[in-house]
Amino acid sequence: MFAYIVRRIAQSFIVLLAVSLICFAIFQFMGDPVLTLAGRYATQEQQEMVRRSLGLDKPFYTQYLAFLGNAAHGDFGLSYVTQVPVLRLIFERLPASIELAVTAMFLSLFLGIALGVVSSLKPHSPGSRVIMTGSLFGISLPTFLVGILLILIFAVLLRVLPPFGRGRVVKVVGNWRTGFLTIDGLRHLILPALTLGMYQLAVLLRLTRGGMLEALQEDYTRTAWAKGLSQRIVMFKHALRNVLIPVVTIAGLQMGELIAFSIVTESIFQWPGSGNLLLTSIYETDHPVIVAYVMITALIVLTINIFIDILYGILNPKISYD
Amino acid sequence: MTRRLLQSKFLSHYVRDRSAVVGSVILLIVLLGAIFAPLIAPQNPYDPRTLSLQDSLKPPIWMEGGQAPFLLGTDDQGRDILSTILYGCRTSFLVGFSVILIAGTIGVTVGLLAAFYSGILDAVTMRIADTFFSFSTTLMAMLLLGIFKGGGIPLVILAIVIADWVRYARTMRGSVLGVKEDDYVQAARACGGSNLRIMIRHILPNAIPPILVVAAVDFGAVVMLEATLSFLGVGVPINKPSLGMMISLGKNYIYAGKWWLTIFPGAALISIVLGINLLADWLREEINPKLKKR
Repeated sequence: MFAYIVRRIAQSFIVLLAVSLICFAIFQFMGDPVLTLAGRYATQEQQEMVRRSLGLDKPFYTQYLAFLGNAAHGDFGLSYVTQVPVLRLIFERLPASIELAVTAMFLSLFLGIALGVVSSLKPHSPGSRVIMTGSLFGISLPTFLVGILLILIFAVLLRVLPPFGRGRVVKVVGNWRTGFLTIDGLRHLILPALTLGMYQLAVLLRLTRGGMLEALQEDYTRTAWAKGLSQRIVMFKHALRNVLIPVVTIAGLQMGELIAFSIVTESIFQWPGSGNLLLTSIYETDHPVIVAYVMITALIVLTINIFIDILYGILNPKISYD
Repeated sequence: MTRRLLQSKFLSHYVRDRSAVVGSVILLIVLLGAIFAPLIAPQNPYDPRTLSLQDSLKPPIWMEGGQAPFLLGTDDQGRDILSTILYGCRTSFLVGFSVILIAGTIGVTVGLLAAFYSGILDAVTMRIADTFFSFSTTLMAMLLLGIFKGGGIPLVILAIVIADWVRYARTMRGSVLGVKEDDYVQAARACGGSNLRIMIRHILPNAIPPILVVAAVDFGAVVMLEATLSFLGVGVPINKPSLGMMISLGKNYIYAGKWWLTIFPGAALISIVLGINLLADWLREEINPKLKKR
């Protein structure tokens, strides 16, 4: 197990290096930030000055090695536009993003699995049909449309929930300001979290339901019923436990998508998170911010996937990593 | 031939599956509307000569202030919403079909070769696939388009293909590994069939069905992705029709109660994706009978 984890971490490291190299190479050959920064009317000399001040006049490998060296010390350089350390820029906004993503994730895992189990109990009852139709819409609606529809219904028509922003936040430690501790903050969290979690919720629901329907036909569940175990034990201990493995896999694979969709969600709800920062940086050709964002995202996704692999071992003792 | 088709299980299952029929009818209506948009649309919304700012922000025809021929109202430029939707659906279908064709061909070829020859080729392609997979298609397409700005619809297609082909390669690889050692492949090899002939004549037809399901689901996902990218302003250029862009524009007017700018293009988008998803559900059950509804 230990050897396996070490190997996975080493592999992840290689992936990270590859990602950084690709990012760097693309930026090298595409889109010249100097033109954006120096302005369209800058003279040749002014452009050269900007280029030199950013270190963009040095050869590719020198720039890349310098970048790697600095990155290893946690320094991703300054933002071209604001001249502030990139990492500080991202870390300032990360708490908002993490709170949103975690809430959405829990919402979709909990509701998805619960509704999936419920709809597999009596697959042909009207309630199950409603759930299944709802989930079909859930996978057919793009995130941005979900967000706009929710705003239209709850903020414009019913006027019960705020349409944008993060509301009142309180400082916890250091840079971390949380919206979890104020009523206003929680009210602002509801719509964005629902928007972000909707697609995942629908996917996990359908997966759980499909798996449960199959598991309930298997011999081991029949045996469990025949032994006279209660419905609760058969459902949760025998059937659901076997269904959870593919569900957890998909939930893990969807982590990347969750981060991507959080960019869309943050843009719709004007959520002051890192996704919104990325969008602005894309519009402004602020390469250091984009590279750092991509690297941090990759790091998060890879870490979560390693944890999920470990979780497998706990869910299914048959799996061993030797 | 026709009789055989009519008697086949495939078709009779299709007719009995109500949601598959509903899905394909919805999809067909939108597709026909998109194809014949220049003939049936009351206005060409991308020809500035036909637009008049006096017609801007008219509500749908059945509401007070509604005006013929603007059946579903107009946007802030005086563009007829219905016409813009029809033209926008053309973009959706164009991007959707192009991506699944190109990404599908690349993915199927790579997956087939990797699984057939295994060894280093397989290891390398699958590591690349893993790296791609740990990123999301959406994020990657967003970044690519953010870097290569202003390239029009072909660039949108290219960016989505680059981010998306892995899905097909992975499925194809798994599928080929499943049939590679089957008896008929051994038999073909015993008869002296060349590698190329075995791959194309024997393995490909037997390994392709799961790809059809992936392609169907992916079509919906690609249509959503194009809309999302255009919504964020990194997709289709501003002078080209797109459902995502219409919704992004309409978003500015929802607080003013002008819901038709958002709801109608949204409904068109949902129809396309819902239609294909209903069809995909049926296809999945047809190809994998183990999943049959109980």
